[in-house]
Amino acid sequence: MYICNQEDECCISPGVRHHDMEDTPMPVEAPSPDILQEIYTRMWRIRLFEEQAEYQSSQGKVMGALHTYIGEEAVAVPVCAHLQPTDYITSTHRGHGHCIAKGADIKKMMAELFGRATGYCKGKGGSMHIADFAVGMLGANGIVAGGFGLATGAGWAAQLRKSGQAAVCFFGDGAANRGPFHENINIAAVWKLPVVYVCENNQYAQWTPQKDVTLVTDIANMAPAYGIPGVQVDGMDALAVYEAAGEAIARARRGEGPTLLECKTYRFHGHNFGDPQMYRTREEIAEWSDRRDPLKRLAAHIKEAGLLTDAEDQAIQQRVTQEIQEAVRFAESSPYPTPDELYKDIYSYEYA
Amino acid sequence: MPKISLRDALRDALHEEMARDERIIVLGEDVIMHGGPYAVTRGIYEKYPERIRQTPISEAGIVGTALGAALCGMRPVAEIMYVDFITCAMDEVVNQMAKVRYMFGGQTDVPVVLRLPSGTARLIAAQHSQSLEAWFMHVPGLQVVVPSTPYDGKGLLKTALRGRDPVMFIEYKRLYTNEGEVPDGDYTIPFGQADIKREGQDVTIVASGPMVGKALEAAEILAPEGIEVEVIDPRTLVPLDRETIFASVHKTNRVIVTDEEVKRGGASAEIASLIAEECFDALDAPVKRVASANVPMPFSPELEKLVVPKAEHLVAAVRALVG
Repeated sequence: MYICNQEDECCISPGVRHHDMEDTPMPVEAPSPDILQEIYTRMWRIRLFEEQAEYQSSQGKVMGALHTYIGEEAVAVPVCAHLQPTDYITSTHRGHGHCIAKGADIKKMMAELFGRATGYCKGKGGSMHIADFAVGMLGANGIVAGGFGLATGAGWAAQLRKSGQAAVCFFGDGAANRGPFHENINIAAVWKLPVVYVCENNQYAQWTPQKDVTLVTDIANMAPAYGIPGVQVDGMDALAVYEAAGEAIARARRGEGPTLLECKTYRFHGHNFGDPQMYRTREEIAEWSDRRDPLKRLAAHIKEAGLLTDAEDQAIQQRVTQEIQEAVRFAESSPYPTPDELYKDIYSYEYA
Repeated sequence: MPKISLRDALRDALHEEMARDERIIVLGEDVIMHGGPYAVTRGIYEKYPERIRQTPISEAGIVGTALGAALCGMRPVAEIMYVDFITCAMDEVVNQMAKVRYMFGGQTDVPVVLRLPSGTARLIAAQHSQSLEAWFMHVPGLQVVVPSTPYDGKGLLKTALRGRDPVMFIEYKRLYTNEGEVPDGDYTIPFGQADIKREGQDVTIVASGPMVGKALEAAEILAPEGIEVEVIDPRTLVPLDRETIFASVHKTNRVIVTDEEVKRGGASAEIASLIAEECFDALDAPVKRVASANVPMPFSPELEKLVVPKAEHLVAAVRALVG
């Protein structure tokens, strides 16, 4: 049983079904040791990939906007642990974590950040537009709330094919203030589409605190307005997210319709790399990054359960570090796109 | 050859293509009830109840959902009740649908068709009468299709439904009831292939949508005066058949570009400037444009009738060019 143990009141509010086992109609099986280790490994892959991306950005090698997923790893990875490559996800401008969680190749990701021809988008997308259709990752999206329609349509396609596929729409608290949130959740609810809308509520819409622009700060509370379940969970707790997502995704696959799953989380490094973060205090950041780091919490749990030794932990981190170094080498040694690429891929045929 | 209306031709195209390809699905406001306000989707629900969905009034949701389904292997056709309402889904059209192929490096096809009833009809004023082709032409990644006859409507819609790229399919509401010859059986019309609706050697009129009929009317009026007008209908504004247009300009040396859009920044401006750039030496007179007045569409019939150009305006423009 994984009960959200977040200590403050933000996780419990009237009208929200606080996620715990007592309230679970169809219990989700606890993750196997193998799955737990894979979740832990992918969370490290995100953390170290993002740290490397920031370093490369500081060196001028990664150019353009860079929004890292550091601190939010316990959302994407446990959610995607319930998905197959044939399932779909949509993402946000903070999309690297979703890519890695869904099984994307970090070499092609890093090459994309470097603007190289070997990147996922041949260097035409960059950080905010990495997609890997082969694993059902329908693209990071530079438009806040841009993923709602895509996920809803993916769910519709799955429903029509009766394939048992599910779609997950990751979005932030800022996106809940945009129209596509309303329009698409309503459509998915009335059509009973197999979609799970996962809110990564990191409490800031770029620089603006959520509470300054939204009276209902618990996004899960919005679910009853659409007649669908709203579930809130501690997004820093990988096990709690795993369980809540498992239930929501199983519900979607059973044909019972969408769920709005809110994960309370925090971005440790600001909106983008270089953000001076004048809108929040060092104390607040430290409170989350020191006390609630999702990696530390998961490590403590699985070590306590006897499923991971310190040596194994070290080995995982070393292996992931090596993978990332290889990714950087791959990116650095890859060519830039040639001018003839400029007019390709606008249409299926050449026309400019 | 049987004569049918544009509405029936479009409906036939949908039915035939849905029988041919089970990935084609339909969505939009009121598309089941009466087959939508224009009855183009009538009969689909009876045949394919699983493959047509009547949506809430949620244009952003309609286009976003259509796009998502397209990225996952389906071929959605969405009806936006009036092209004016596409404004509520411009992020989905401009930032998503038009760009996903390019910004993801060509990983996906984007087979979405948006059917967009356009133009004036039945005095419905400023928010239900617009023509917005130029907005869509301005966005790389979109295809812009404007049929002027039932024959073209059916063949172009079939091509749209078999294609791999997003289509903004402009349907002029006033043309729905116009009848024309349409052969039985299957045929398609390729995009990027203009149609010479009437041959002539004195003046070229490049006309799209409802202005094609008016250009042909003008040609009839002018023929007895010994002025032979050539009428070119691009049929698709993106991709545009520049060659056919330029060849006609080289033949006649005089050209008028006309459409129902507001004149400022319209499709006619793009085509006129292409001709000026590419055919300057062939021109005996400046390129002329005949398009709607630069005003929001007024309601009163006494005002509305002043906005959209008529055949007589084209006649006057031709006479001025050859005079």
